[in-house]
Amino acid sequence: MLELRNVSFEVPSENSDNKIIVNNVSFVVPDDKFVVITGPNGSGKSTLAKLIMGIEKPTSGQILFDGVDITEMSITDRAKMGISFAFQQPVRFKGIRVLDMLRLASGKASLSVSEACTYLARVGLCAKDYINREINSSLSGGELKRIEIASVMARGTRLSVFDEPEAGIDLWSFQNLIRVFENMREHTHGSILIISHQERILNIADEIVLISGGKVTTHGRADTILPELLAGTSSDMTLCSRFHEEGGKSDA
Amino acid sequence: MLDAVQRRILEEVADLHETPIGAYNIRANGQSAERQTTANVDIVTKADRSGIDVHILPHTTNESVHIPVVISESGIEEIVYNDFYVGEGADVVIVAGCGIHNCGDQDSSHNGIHRFFLSRGARIKYVEKHYGEGDGNGQNIMNPTTEVYLEEDAVMEMETVQIKGVDSTDRRMIATLAKGAKLIVRERLMTHGQQSAISYYHVDMNGEGCSCDLVSRSVARDESYQKFDSLIVGNAPCTGHTECDAIIMDSARVLAVPQLDANNIDASLIHEAAIGKIAGEQLIKLMTLGLSEAEAEEQIIQGFLK
Repeated sequence: MLELRNVSFEVPSENSDNKIIVNNVSFVVPDDKFVVITGPNGSGKSTLAKLIMGIEKPTSGQILFDGVDITEMSITDRAKMGISFAFQQPVRFKGIRVLDMLRLASGKASLSVSEACTYLARVGLCAKDYINREINSSLSGGELKRIEIASVMARGTRLSVFDEPEAGIDLWSFQNLIRVFENMREHTHGSILIISHQERILNIADEIVLISGGKVTTHGRADTILPELLAGTSSDMTLCSRFHEEGGKSDA
Repeated sequence: MLDAVQRRILEEVADLHETPIGAYNIRANGQSAERQTTANVDIVTKADRSGIDVHILPHTTNESVHIPVVISESGIEEIVYNDFYVGEGADVVIVAGCGIHNCGDQDSSHNGIHRFFLSRGARIKYVEKHYGEGDGNGQNIMNPTTEVYLEEDAVMEMETVQIKGVDSTDRRMIATLAKGAKLIVRERLMTHGQQSAISYYHVDMNGEGCSCDLVSRSVARDESYQKFDSLIVGNAPCTGHTECDAIIMDSARVLAVPQLDANNIDASLIHEAAIGKIAGEQLIKLMTLGLSEAEAEEQIIQGFLK
């Protein structure tokens, strides 16, 4: 279980006041739940994901994972405790092959080619075409995204955080990507936390956290929140109509 | 016979765990230690100076030639001239390499001058690895020179690797390409401590349809210095590409000087050079997989130099 307690994150701004990116956020991601964080661009969603992984450190507040305070822990230690992170813009490496990355991710240097191929097949990649390719600029945005997701799957941790999996990929790749998450929803044990704008991702969520201006404005069961969001009856609808228009664009 | 230290160095430079199959000439401490020839590959000691002539008969295929050099005594300085004559249509692998184990106070240096004469349609893959070790104060110095003459449609693919322990290297390659010839060079280099490495390439593309692809990847650590200096000259309709990609760390210095010289309207030449530190996001990505920062750095370098 992941718990955020009054987490805030500020950055220095040009005038003397700090700019507040994440403002006193508290919520819980229960075990084995599929939680989607959504909200308009610039609302602090990606920052929140980075705070959970330890890529950024909160200015104040606490982050607990399975009851342990991980607020001051390094990225490496959080990863070892069982948190995974899929980047919004996957990182490219010269010389590191897809197979190498899956071996590093699984923590098994002996991970066989056929085991590695299973992960690639689950994200809809024809494994033999990719297994020996370098994770460099010869791969398209959609391919990189799938490999990124496969590497998170290979880790098999208790919490997987995905930062806007739909960003930067074309519509056709997106249709397939949804299936990957639907599949993950059915077969994966552990909690999944996804930052997303996409209705089809929101559709498969157990819970939705709506963020605006760095604050949680709504958090609850998806089957109660989603209809309100989509019908426009929610007080947050002004925000939602905005992010529907902007859906698919990359977040700050 | 080689001793245990020499055997181990041989493994480092030539991946040889036992006596190689096919033709070979192993040079140890300034002398030819072991040699074998085959029906198609003859190795002859030069009469006028130190070194060997290797003659590969036309249409020889599926054969390899190993010519490693090991130096395990301190203070050895040598210049060796090795010439390779590759017959028409032959297709062979040549593995060279030099390893120095210097535990003394005197410098050890090996200056290998290799000349390759490839006849029409011949192909070779040439692998060269340089390695140094030792805890003495003497320096390990290697200055290889490679001269390449490619006749019509000849192809040479060269892999040159220097990862560890060579204090100073000044490597030079000069190549001349005739019609339809092809030269591919892959350089991998890592320097550390106070080491200095200079790579100089000069390729003359003289024949129609010839091509050259010259790629160097290097890592400079500590206070080491590297210079990559390449010149591709297009004297005919041809295609040439040179690329230097370096990771810089600590207080190292890397100087890249890629040059193109086009003397023909149909010469198509490209150069690329990039120098930079390891990207922070690469480290972060690997740390999210549970690697420490140091482990992540090692993985990135290892992959980059693979």
